[in-house]
Amino acid sequence: MFQESLLLPKPPMRVSLFIPCFIDSLYPNVGMSMVRILERLGHSVDVPEGQTCCGQPPFNSGYWDEARSVATNQLKAFKDADVIVSGSGSCGAMMKVFYPELFHGHEQEAEAKNLAAKTWEFSEFLVNKLGVKDVGARFEGRATFHDGCHGLRELGTKLPPRELLSHVKGLELVEMTEAETCCGFGGTFAVKYPQISTAMAEVKCNSICETKADYVISNDSSCLMQIGGWLNRNVGTVKCLHLAEVLVQQ
Amino acid sequence: MSSFTSPARNQFQEDADRTTSDAPRRTAVRNALQNYQSARDRTGATFTDWKAARSAASTIKHEAVNHLDQYLEEFERKFTARGGKVFWASNSQQARDYIIQLAKAKNVRAIVKSKAMTGEEIHLNDALVAEGFGVVESDLGEFIQQLKGEAPYHFVFPCMHLRRDEISDLFHKELGTAKTNSPEELTMIARRVLRRTYVEADMGISGANFIVADTGMISITENEGNARLTVGVPKIHVALVGIEKVVPRLGDLALLLPMLATAGTGQHLTGYNSMYGGPRQPGENDGPDEFHVVLLDNHRTRLLADPEQRDALHCIRCGACLNVCPIFKNIGGHTYGTTYQGPIGSVITPHFRGLQDWKHLSGASSLCGACTETCPVGIDIHHHLLHNRRNAAAEKPAPGESLLWKAFTFLMRRPALYRLATRFAPLGSLLHPLVEGTALDPMIAWTSTRDFPAAAPSSFRSQFQKHQAQKSGGSK
Repeated sequence: MFQESLLLPKPPMRVSLFIPCFIDSLYPNVGMSMVRILERLGHSVDVPEGQTCCGQPPFNSGYWDEARSVATNQLKAFKDADVIVSGSGSCGAMMKVFYPELFHGHEQEAEAKNLAAKTWEFSEFLVNKLGVKDVGARFEGRATFHDGCHGLRELGTKLPPRELLSHVKGLELVEMTEAETCCGFGGTFAVKYPQISTAMAEVKCNSICETKADYVISNDSSCLMQIGGWLNRNVGTVKCLHLAEVLVQQ
Repeated sequence: MSSFTSPARNQFQEDADRTTSDAPRRTAVRNALQNYQSARDRTGATFTDWKAARSAASTIKHEAVNHLDQYLEEFERKFTARGGKVFWASNSQQARDYIIQLAKAKNVRAIVKSKAMTGEEIHLNDALVAEGFGVVESDLGEFIQQLKGEAPYHFVFPCMHLRRDEISDLFHKELGTAKTNSPEELTMIARRVLRRTYVEADMGISGANFIVADTGMISITENEGNARLTVGVPKIHVALVGIEKVVPRLGDLALLLPMLATAGTGQHLTGYNSMYGGPRQPGENDGPDEFHVVLLDNHRTRLLADPEQRDALHCIRCGACLNVCPIFKNIGGHTYGTTYQGPIGSVITPHFRGLQDWKHLSGASSLCGACTETCPVGIDIHHHLLHNRRNAAAEKPAPGESLLWKAFTFLMRRPALYRLATRFAPLGSLLHPLVEGTALDPMIAWTSTRDFPAAAPSSFRSQFQKHQAQKSGGSK
């Protein structure tokens, strides 16, 4: 990933947030934390009105015409954005990695590639684009980090969240054995094959519990919905937090 | 709905229900695979540059697969020049018929087999037994599975799901041996039985790991020495090999053999690596009098015709993608109901056995990508699962699902309507407890095992609007 000079001051940027449906309705605090962090760093934040869904649900189900139709709306909504930042590695990967394939050979191919090029997952935006590793956060507690698969393998975002967390004062980060193992969410997979999805959640959560962490942190709220769903039902003590919710604490 | 679900899919769901409930077995399988993964990481680290090795391996297989006609014919020319025989089998029926006719013509009675997934693919053992031939599997894992009357659980580790005591009980029941918990004793029991069969067998059947075009040879890699005896002792040998196994040059094996061993079992090299170039030549002391190679297509050319997924033919059957797959680890090998289990099996089975009947395997994945990350020959495995899903939906959309996505698209194309809909999310949360856990619960597939978070009283959008208003108010 291209990294700009860490010595020169960064000019303020206009950051357009993509807020997926589950962050909008279920985890608004994640979005607001991103807003506050970016504003503290001196950037302006907007949330383009026309945005809806990235189109991943129909795309992963095989309904690519429908996915393209939804994604076309997204292309329109973010047409004027300088940079797009997503609080979900999965939705980010959809726009950054899969849009070029989805629109391959279609009229909006160039537009899709253009959007892909300016899309960032939140942690890689901070570290690789802005060159910020320390956002001045303080958070007391013992935590472990879950790598969302799309962030990890489609976007290659292994280090940025850990670099950010290593600078959080008071936070003790303990790696779990199954950090890179899928939590079993997988979108509609979670309800089409609930028994497999749940077994995967169990493996993940047992590994989380082994670390004796008070918190499990991730840069993907959709994974946390699955992990939190299993933990609340079966354990009840470990709390799920999005990376932004930790970084915003002072 | 019933016409959009296949018997294979129903069986899969049922078996997955059963196997995911078996926590001790899941843990044992996961731990065993974790050990292979650790060994693989250690050995992989001894490569100067694993990534470069992967890309070189992928290049070799790409060249071979994209010139199959040329390299297979080169192999045939050179192999037959030394007296070997080559039979081109378009499908499983032709392959079975050839082997059975040959066995009959040569008055074969007993056959010893070394591990060959192609044999499983064409159900060769059943066909041979039905014709009255005695067949014994000589690979230890396959021998155990044969005694158990069960298909291999994992295409590299056929009986990895069995505990030692289960194997001991099986031997006790089938072979009348005393029960033991010692792996050495269990191995010796199998060895005593098997040694006799090499001598008694009139025919040996094997697979092959590679076909080498420029020398006209086949390569077999193994850890028990059983394949050497299977090929070397009986008078007639038949190797049943998929056409995608060809590589252009002998030198390619200098990379591919260590790569296969590392990725598959974490070894630097497997214990025995043999090259066979045909029947026993004048002046040679051992080897079969007749050496047949059956080149098996059986729908591989269908995969070849698909440029998007052609790289699935690069597969060297190392099994690494199974070893890292969270789906495989939790449902086990038999649940797939296929010859080739795990991620690569989910990619290729729909091509081999019908997309509509086997598309559920491509659906039964969270698309985590661990398979693609680990594949030593760079197959884009998890994206091909997406491609299968797309092809299946395009060929035959499921009415209910199709309607769902049309409605979804209708909503998502209308931002104002979408915003209105999200404003009702808290209402959904309010009403959900009334039906939670009942048949009326639209979320039952989720909520029967997991909690679903309540919608926030105030959405991000309204919080952000307030935040903006405060900011502009504050700046005045």
